[in-house]
Amino acid sequence: MEDILEIGGRKIKSRFFLGTGKFPRKSMIREVVETSGAEVVTVALRRVDTSSNDENVLDHIPKTCVIMANTSGARNAEEAIRIARLARAAGCGNWIKIEVIPDNKYLLPDNEETLKATEVLAKEGFTVLPYMNPDLVCALKMVKAGAAAVMPLGSLIGSNRGFRTEEVVSVMIKEIDIPVIVDAGIGRPSDAARCMEMGAGAVLVNTALVTSENPVDMARAFSMAVTAGRISYLSGLPCQFDGARASSPFKGFLRTIANG
Amino acid sequence: MDSNETFYKLYSENKNRFPGSLPLGNIDDSAFRVLMLREVTSGGLLELLAASSDSVIEVAAERAHALTVRNFGKVVHLYTPMYLSNFCDNECVYCGFKKGNIIERKTLTLDEVRRESEFISGKGLKNVLILTGGSRKEAPVSYIKSCVKVLREKFNSVSIEVYELTTDEYKELIDAGVDGLVMYQEVYDEDMYRRVHLSGSKRNYEFRLTAPERALSAGIRTVNIGALLGLGDWRRETFFTALHAAYLEKRFPSAEISVSVPRIRAQVSSFEPCCKVTDRNLVQIVTSLRLFLPRVGITLSTRERASLRDMLLSVGVTRMSAGSTTRVGGHTMPADENRTEQFEILDVRGVDEIKEMLKGKGYQPVFKDWI
Repeated sequence: MEDILEIGGRKIKSRFFLGTGKFPRKSMIREVVETSGAEVVTVALRRVDTSSNDENVLDHIPKTCVIMANTSGARNAEEAIRIARLARAAGCGNWIKIEVIPDNKYLLPDNEETLKATEVLAKEGFTVLPYMNPDLVCALKMVKAGAAAVMPLGSLIGSNRGFRTEEVVSVMIKEIDIPVIVDAGIGRPSDAARCMEMGAGAVLVNTALVTSENPVDMARAFSMAVTAGRISYLSGLPCQFDGARASSPFKGFLRTIANG
Repeated sequence: MDSNETFYKLYSENKNRFPGSLPLGNIDDSAFRVLMLREVTSGGLLELLAASSDSVIEVAAERAHALTVRNFGKVVHLYTPMYLSNFCDNECVYCGFKKGNIIERKTLTLDEVRRESEFISGKGLKNVLILTGGSRKEAPVSYIKSCVKVLREKFNSVSIEVYELTTDEYKELIDAGVDGLVMYQEVYDEDMYRRVHLSGSKRNYEFRLTAPERALSAGIRTVNIGALLGLGDWRRETFFTALHAAYLEKRFPSAEISVSVPRIRAQVSSFEPCCKVTDRNLVQIVTSLRLFLPRVGITLSTRERASLRDMLLSVGVTRMSAGSTTRVGGHTMPADENRTEQFEILDVRGVDEIKEMLKGKGYQPVFKDWI
């Protein structure tokens, strides 16, 4: 059976989502999409310039992709709502990743304001994907407010430190009925695989590609790791044991019963 | 604003830290130790600035490069300055526009502003920095506000580099569409400040020092600070610029803070810098700032020659001006012998050339970065 991620009525095959803010050239987005098969690409509306012929980032995103505009630069719900509406008007479609970041040093989001924006934008018919600090209670409120998926951070943006928030995000994955997409801080394909093994709906990556020697090949590696992690999750990830175990632990089991 | 709550207090507490707290023993060994640590503290910054050997600066540059790519990507923001007026009531010994200089003075009419605006935006730029001299009479807040309204028709981001304003005045300009402030302290050393700012409202050290925090209290999004390198000891000036940026970052976490590293250039008054800042020093300044302030933007203007700017890109610069002129109306009006520049520009490349240079070096030029 085909494994499809469904968000906002859209069926998505690739669970490798792409961030675009740090690429050395806009044309690299297309190359990365082509080699990795990414279908969801996020762009900051603040960088979208529809008035320019050669500088419009949207022209570098293949038509097959879903554009997920983000509200980068918003410091509160009001600004995020305004940016989301402008994004729709600018032709970025209906998907909006809400980023409300009142902290420029650590770039940690404000869950409270994000929730407010989610509520308003979901009512306006947006497919809302809030970027958030991992928090089960708040994530449940996001679901109730109409979020299509939630995007907890794996570690600090740009840090490449991996899936540091695993404990809380794993609980979110178990308890929340919409996709949980791990965003930010995922530094290596093995980190991405780990997120997917734990049941994440998808993983979003940008810095890890840009800080590698070859972003295009690295994107392919991430895409493969995401697939591997996903298959692993679907196959039922085995639990870990403290000591060594024989590969046939039931050998002699029946005889023991018969003798007893 | 109570000076007990402003950066002036922090400055006063730290002003005697120099040079007394410089490391004892081998300064390069100390700097190497700092480079091994996970985080650079203000003490570590002093040690990085004190270092002198090539090998320390090179290791620092390597780290600064990696940190910049991680935090900003391979992206450089472009803007251009537009001079609105060169009338000035201040007597700053180093400035081409100072009151006592006999030069042709002009304030652009709104039609002239519109022409400059059309010319600059035609180059693809979406971020403009408007400048005036220090004359409230010739370029009042109401005039700046009218200019901002004209400019917002073409630009997504308008920053101001004008005389020091009150919180309410900043608020007025922010409401009119200003999102960025550029305010150089020129020299943090308070004694030197008084020696080079002979008269005019700019002579008030504390009012200028606290202007960035007034603008931030009023809700401005971005603030760019800096010291005019050459007016005071560069190590000390860099240290206080960094301390100031860290203070603003902490007190206004939602703001985007940047620092500039302008070296004093030749201008009409033929003022001789008090302190020499070599190219090598500039590399050390940029790398030290980056390591101490990993998230702060670093701006490098056309004051520096093209080859040096291109080189400094890789060690931490995130913002550059392009197609600059420091003359009132300089984008659209022919050069006039009398209407002088504020200072001399060394990198005279146009916007397209800068764009191609960045692309060639594997950097994405960003023209638009706000709504």
